[in-house]
Amino acid sequence: MKVLGFILQKEFRQIFRDKTILAMMFAMPIIQLIIMPLAANFEVKNVNVAYVDNDHSSYSLKLINKIAASGYFKIAGSPSSYREGLKMIEDGDADLVLEIPAGFERNLVREGSQKVNLSVDAINGTKSSLGGGYLMAVIADFNSSLAINFKSPQGTAQAQRASIEIDSSNWYNPRAEYKYYMVPGILVLLLTLIGGFITALNIVREKEIGTIEQINVTPIKKWEFILGKLIPFWIVGMIVFTVGLVVMYVIYGIFPKGSLLVLYLFAAVYLIALLGLGLLISTFADTQLQAMFIAFFFMMIFMLMSGFFTSTDSMPDWAKQISNFTPVTHFISVVRLIVLKGSRFSEVKNELFYLIGFAFLLNGLAIYNYRKTS
Amino acid sequence: MKQLFAFIRKEFYHVFRDRRTLLILFGLPIMQIVLFGFALSSEVKNIGISIQDNAKDAASQQIIAKIQSSSYFHVKEPILNYTEIESKFRTGDIKCAVIFPANFGSDLFKKVGGKIQIIADASDPNTATIVTTYLTSIINNYQQELNPTTNISYRIIPEIRQLYNEEQNGSLNFIPGVIALIFMIVSTALTSVAVVREKELGTMEILLVSPFKPILVLVAKAIPYLVLSLIDFIIILLLSVFLLHVEIKGSLLLLFAESILFIITCLSLGLLISNLTNSQQTAMLVSMMGMMLPTMLLTGFMFPIENMPWIFRVISHIIPSRYYYAIVKAVMLKGLGFSYVWKETLVLIGMTIVLLTLALKNFKIRLS
Repeated sequence: MKVLGFILQKEFRQIFRDKTILAMMFAMPIIQLIIMPLAANFEVKNVNVAYVDNDHSSYSLKLINKIAASGYFKIAGSPSSYREGLKMIEDGDADLVLEIPAGFERNLVREGSQKVNLSVDAINGTKSSLGGGYLMAVIADFNSSLAINFKSPQGTAQAQRASIEIDSSNWYNPRAEYKYYMVPGILVLLLTLIGGFITALNIVREKEIGTIEQINVTPIKKWEFILGKLIPFWIVGMIVFTVGLVVMYVIYGIFPKGSLLVLYLFAAVYLIALLGLGLLISTFADTQLQAMFIAFFFMMIFMLMSGFFTSTDSMPDWAKQISNFTPVTHFISVVRLIVLKGSRFSEVKNELFYLIGFAFLLNGLAIYNYRKTS
Repeated sequence: MKQLFAFIRKEFYHVFRDRRTLLILFGLPIMQIVLFGFALSSEVKNIGISIQDNAKDAASQQIIAKIQSSSYFHVKEPILNYTEIESKFRTGDIKCAVIFPANFGSDLFKKVGGKIQIIADASDPNTATIVTTYLTSIINNYQQELNPTTNISYRIIPEIRQLYNEEQNGSLNFIPGVIALIFMIVSTALTSVAVVREKELGTMEILLVSPFKPILVLVAKAIPYLVLSLIDFIIILLLSVFLLHVEIKGSLLLLFAESILFIITCLSLGLLISNLTNSQQTAMLVSMMGMMLPTMLLTGFMFPIENMPWIFRVISHIIPSRYYYAIVKAVMLKGLGFSYVWKETLVLIGMTIVLLTLALKNFKIRLS
């Protein structure tokens, strides 16, 4: 135990001596947590629409006004031909082009239906499908107002019409604001980045500089060495997590709905698992560059697969398996559950078992893989 | 010149001796392309949903059957009351609940109308919006089926044409983004340690007493990484074309030229970081941790830049990957020519010149 005490003392001194690293560990996550939720916004608004009106009739005008007034769209311009409209899409000035053919009003009145062409820039899937969807909805709405204008005098079959009223409500986040979902996720990611990268670099650095040889010739035990590396960063991690929660509350007004104690319990276990990963990486790598890239490799997978950006539900099964096998997935979902919905321990305890499993597995491998002799 | 080649050769040895780093350098883009291409999609599918049917009549059963047959939803076991909905939400089992009141079917043709309640877990607001929209359209369709007479009224029928992406290939948007991200991170990080490592290991002194001009030292350091990044680029292109079936619509030559330009931009940035820092650890933390998230966020392939507050739209203009992303999208996916991307190209050239100049200015000939 005494040895462990000395190691800890040394590690703490090292951490606090390097001002850049210190700033990286504390200032950077706070700044990023403050800034990033503002940028990470999946909401699609202001779809740029350009319209080509070949009819110039009162109905085409009404339709365009309706679109402009719907709140989803920004009128990007009214090119005089489809070609010019396409040019606007190519230049990135418009997301979709609505083409109203000549004879629009006449055909509508005479034949009862008329087609309009909608060309969507389909490279950005979300934006095009949502934009297209919005426009369809506006047109459907316009249709029903037309139906009233034209049909109501003769409309006698109305009595038998079935009508369904849909009452939808949004729980936990009635105004559907994206930041509530994003901020806890970003907090987890930042904690992960810091914990993963810094521990990964730590042992390797001693290898590269050569100081690890000096430690290796001492009678220190493997687990003491690993613990000595783990504990300081665990404390740093818990502080970063706490600061993150404070930032979340002060800047975004998000206070965990569930128990803080449970949240901290998960954070504590998660950090052990995560630091274990960092240590494991650093037992594998020979140079800091390698360690950095291996860490980056894992971080990338964590970020992309954890359900932070896209829902894990919509992944294919093999991808869900991978996702399940990263500690981040479990921690992100727990933090979101506890912070946003106030989930109780009994409702999320399975995730804790996952995290404990990861903590044992990763740290065990790290101790096993750390060689005192090279 | 001969000396320069010898020097470049030395740098190549350095890079290629490190097998593990190479493995990661080539493994990373492969993993990313596969993950982005197959695992991730902005589509929402298999959303856990629970249905409480208090009516149990023909109409409610028909609607439920429609919900079940949709690939958007994964219908879980029915729930009994609000408390149960709450606890299912809290375990994350379901994202949405649908409730039919007892007299749904009988009210359907009466004046009151049938009522359906949809409760969405809006802690994830996008999914909530999408779920509500899907369900509403399923229910509206059912309502239309019940009312065939409505079809007679005047209708405007929109015909949708999907430009550039008829097959609705979801990975299309991600590929230029991944390419930009990998270059931005890998190239920058690689060069950012290049100079600093020599400083740390003490070999810098030897270089500095040699008759090399500082610019040649920097060039020689950057060239092997340029080659590596280009190999990465080729791997990504091959994977996109053959694995993800993305058609390269524009000029391959233009795409390569622009990519080389962008890689040089990133390498210059890395060199600058390298010259400004004193330890590998700091250099890597700056280039990886400091740049990863801003690059991911502000390139525009994940989150639309035009939605962001004005300050981010302004900041995004200094992120090189933003321009490269626009270029790749235009050339590779839309098949547009140089006349469409010359502005972005100029910006990248300008950035490269500024970064290189700064890097050279900060390259200390004397060590302290």
